[in-house]
Amino acid sequence: MSVVLIPTPLRPFTDQQSSVDIAGANVAELLENLATSYGELRKHLFDDSGKLRSFVNIYVNDDDIRSLSKLETTVQSTDIVSIVPSIAGGSTPVQDEVSFTHEEVQRYSRHLIMPEVAMEGQAKLKKASVLMIGAGGLGAPLGMYLAAAGVGRLGIVDFDVVDHSNLQRQVTFGQSSVGRPKIEAATERLADINPYIQIDPHEVRLSSDNALDLFRDYDIVVDGTDNFPTRYLVNDACVLLGKPNVYGSIFRFEGQVSVFYAKEGPCYRCLYPAPPPPGLVPSCAEGGVLGVLPGIVGSLQALEVIKLILGKGDSMIGRLLLFDALGMSFRTLKQRKDPNCSICGERATNKTLIDYEEFCGIPQAVEQQPKQTVPTVTVEELKRALDTDEDVFVLDVRELHEWDIAHLEGATLIPLGRLPHEIHRLDTARDIIIHCRSGARSATATKFLLEAGFGRVRNLEGGILAWSDRIDPSLPKY
Amino acid sequence: MIRLSDTAIEAIREHGCESYRDEACGVLYGRLEGEKREVVRVAPLRNARDEQRHRRFIVTPEDYRYAEAEAERNGLALLGFYHSHPDHPAYPSAYDLEHAFPFFSYVILSVDKAKPNELRSFVLASDRKQFLEEPLERKES
Repeated sequence: MSVVLIPTPLRPFTDQQSSVDIAGANVAELLENLATSYGELRKHLFDDSGKLRSFVNIYVNDDDIRSLSKLETTVQSTDIVSIVPSIAGGSTPVQDEVSFTHEEVQRYSRHLIMPEVAMEGQAKLKKASVLMIGAGGLGAPLGMYLAAAGVGRLGIVDFDVVDHSNLQRQVTFGQSSVGRPKIEAATERLADINPYIQIDPHEVRLSSDNALDLFRDYDIVVDGTDNFPTRYLVNDACVLLGKPNVYGSIFRFEGQVSVFYAKEGPCYRCLYPAPPPPGLVPSCAEGGVLGVLPGIVGSLQALEVIKLILGKGDSMIGRLLLFDALGMSFRTLKQRKDPNCSICGERATNKTLIDYEEFCGIPQAVEQQPKQTVPTVTVEELKRALDTDEDVFVLDVRELHEWDIAHLEGATLIPLGRLPHEIHRLDTARDIIIHCRSGARSATATKFLLEAGFGRVRNLEGGILAWSDRIDPSLPKY
Repeated sequence: MIRLSDTAIEAIREHGCESYRDEACGVLYGRLEGEKREVVRVAPLRNARDEQRHRRFIVTPEDYRYAEAEAERNGLALLGFYHSHPDHPAYPSAYDLEHAFPFFSYVILSVDKAKPNELRSFVLASDRKQFLEEPLERKES
């Protein structure tokens, strides 16, 4: 048993006793036992997440436990433990000379009337700077909500051009944006949503050469990209600069969200030390994505950004959210910092940015692309062969649902995965021309058939997309 | 209800003006009679903030422990603390709320352009979510 001295304001909860005897080997145990014995004390000592409130000081004899072993400080029966309130307060919120016009006050009024945001929070938003990597599917809700919320400076990195296939999910853009640089269309849209903020367009491809310079100028980086090299690059640059990286990813019907902040929790590499082998995890362009999904995941990222800026709520630092749209379930997994992490661990070996394309095996993949090692045929050559009634067998190795979007007249469908089982349907004596959407899967199929002993197989360069571009524009592209 | 003598109120007003543009803070000693609080003595404390003193104050744990001991030595209760709001109304801020303890009276003096203005007193509600104003009675001394 140790003696715990109760300060005046907490005595109403200890039957007016100024000291109580409580058992416990260390301060944490002692406080827990105290809060158990005197239940009303708990909410004044601990916050909602169970942490000791910052303005409650604990002394063991004459020493603040912060200078000892904090909550782990051991206590003997002869020790006197004191709870010492830290009396603090203040008047106006700390805004650091940020001011708002009447129009801005009106615009943000639904924030200002919530005490959790109020003028102080709105000023924090206005002072904040956020860099968005990518103005695509995730970037759409991210950019629009962060702009609307009043984030003072919003940087966008993108070098792509708006395409028809973007419009199913990239709601920043409309039909009239097709063909325009995304950065230009996005900047215009965001400036229209909120003219009181600054938008910095960076029309560059993010690389190891420019990432540190770009990131340095911003408080928070949000990753809205769809490929592994960029994901590792964003992570490493954020770790090296000590900035939080608000991460989101989407695929088909599933999404992930987390905040990687090496100062306070794990980084992306703690979870995934090495990238998956190239080609194993398909991108959205290959596997598809439900249009609403980036809307949800990007909005969750925007929410995490705003929470970080306001310093409110429980951030996703150290947690990974898994969202399943079909099952409509949100699951949260706890993530730990890896002490041996190569970029944020105690003995981290990586101190600079590397070549992330190489790290993710991209160049090797290009070299191994069967495309270059298999015989090919152009769409024009195929057209000529068909027009002259040459005996060619056109094999489509895409999936059935792709066939339904568009297919070549007279072609036979055998999806790539089925090919080994249906190889007997093919005639080794005939000329076979294989195609898919863009030429990658059909190259694999060509290589497979060559190895299986077919001598007269060729891959259609550029796939059905090239056919639509150069031969028959009536075929829709997807 | 909290009752302060003219002398105590004058001491708080003077302290608030002297410290203007910084926030002033001090301690309230007194007696408890049921729900009634009678302030017997006020004592200025040092605002221990290193920066932002014009809109923030903090009392060091040492000063706090001294105030508790001083109350006990004199057979008085530590009733709470006062602080000033330079060029800001005498209402508790969100920051005040976040840092509040139960039981204590938080007496706030607004100081407008170095001139003392309103004086009000607040007590933290039991759900910690808001302050309740307590009637402040002035006693001629």
